[in-house]
Amino acid sequence: MRRAATTLISLAAFLVAWKLLTLVTGTPDYILPAPDVVAERAVRAIGSGLLWEHTAVTLSEILLGLAVGATTAIAVGVALGKSVVIERVLSPYIVAAQSVPILALAPLLDIWFGGGLLARVLICALIVFFPIAIATMVGIRSADPLLVEMFRSLGATPGQRTTRLEIPSALPVIFGGLRVGVTLAVIGAVVAEWAGASSGLGVLINIANQGLFDTPLMFVALVTLAIIGIGLHGLVVSVERRLILKP
Amino acid sequence: MISEATREAGTGLPVRLEDVSVRFPAAAGTLEALGGLSLEIPANSLTVVIGPNGSGKSTLLRVIAGLIAPGEGRVLIGEGVGAEPRAGDGRVGLAFQQPRLVPWLTILDNVALAMTFKLPSRAPMVPEISGGTPADYRRALAHAALDRVGLREAAELRPSQLSGGMAQRAGLARALITDPPILLLDEPFSALDALTREAFDGELQSLWMDRPRTVVMVTHSVGEAVRMADRIVVMTPRPGRVAEIIPVDLPRPRPATLASDPAAAAVDAAVRAALAKDHPPNLSPWTE
Repeated sequence: MRRAATTLISLAAFLVAWKLLTLVTGTPDYILPAPDVVAERAVRAIGSGLLWEHTAVTLSEILLGLAVGATTAIAVGVALGKSVVIERVLSPYIVAAQSVPILALAPLLDIWFGGGLLARVLICALIVFFPIAIATMVGIRSADPLLVEMFRSLGATPGQRTTRLEIPSALPVIFGGLRVGVTLAVIGAVVAEWAGASSGLGVLINIANQGLFDTPLMFVALVTLAIIGIGLHGLVVSVERRLILKP
Repeated sequence: MISEATREAGTGLPVRLEDVSVRFPAAAGTLEALGGLSLEIPANSLTVVIGPNGSGKSTLLRVIAGLIAPGEGRVLIGEGVGAEPRAGDGRVGLAFQQPRLVPWLTILDNVALAMTFKLPSRAPMVPEISGGTPADYRRALAHAALDRVGLREAAELRPSQLSGGMAQRAGLARALITDPPILLLDEPFSALDALTREAFDGELQSLWMDRPRTVVMVTHSVGEAVRMADRIVVMTPRPGRVAEIIPVDLPRPRPATLASDPAAAAVDAAVRAALAKDHPPNLSPWTE
């Protein structure tokens, strides 16, 4: 209860400050719309079905991208953590892929993979991959060496050691990577849509901003993205709480 | 000493170490932990290894457990020619200095852990169990092992909920669950206060007398060595070798008040003298 109250009070304070800023500076709505203007625009966008149409597309890209990206990242992260040779071979490519701006790569990936949902899911997966893979690798290596020796003495095979000891030990760190990953997935979906798509919240931002000069609608799309990010992050945190035993 | 008849009924295997050397890479070249150690450990004996810090006592146990392969020499387990140990081959149970319990598993699951791997087990503790799933069997064995160390009530607790002494017992139960022919104890009760430790020594002694097996126990405590051992192996400072083997021919069960017995006092003095020979007490005082 207290936590919910704190959140609500801070949200209210944020909205009041935002409203005051627009009142005091007298900024027009096409530069910085007041929160009530955005809310009114949101009601219209929801009513016309416009918002849901675009949100559904983006949300499916995010969820698929996250599923593909996180699964591969955890598998690759385990391999990186277990084998110094694999790390030596793969890590330059992984770091390079992360250092190249995804914004520049996205149009190419869009062409290579046919410009459909597949391309957008892959772009999203790519941006999600790095933090989760690195977190998994670090987590796998942080397994307590005393427990590793104990597992050996009990006759655990290397595979059993990985699944029963190293991955469970790595979970807190992997979840740290997942928390970063889910928020990046939202960015990944928007970048992918900018590279070539006809619907989605990223597309809606472009239409509102450049086509219609409907800044309140752009804010509606931004707020929706933020809510998706907060929701997914909260979901990861609650799974983490359930799965990981607090000492 | 237990009678020869009891010893015949024991379930242990002998261990033979022949000229075993172990070196570890260290900052300055290599560190020789064991330097040509030879030792015969008879089946079903209770051998206590004592020696100064860095004399390779823990390394000795790891070599017997097959966790470290000796650089030179060999370790042979079993009657006749014997066979070299492999980690987790089921012939050795190892209880560590820290209990090393898996924090996210219950005590029962921690104790049953070995049974979920492909560890060969003699597991005769609950022979009446037949039928039921493998998981039922594992749980029954784990409950039996916990009973043996007096931890029946702690089965569903997590390691963080146990006291140090309970965690030590859980570690011992885990080493015992497969009923290994050889039990290795690496300062298993060193974290406990003196009285609890004496009580645990007593329990361990009766566990061993109920079902004799080969036990090798490492300790820093001369008193504990005299209370527990058939023979006390005194190690030299690094690189570790056998300095002296002192037989302890005292009747069992031995009480915690053993120290006041003149025969025990003589053994105690002999051990201290052997330790002092290679390791003058003024450099590192030996305390109980």
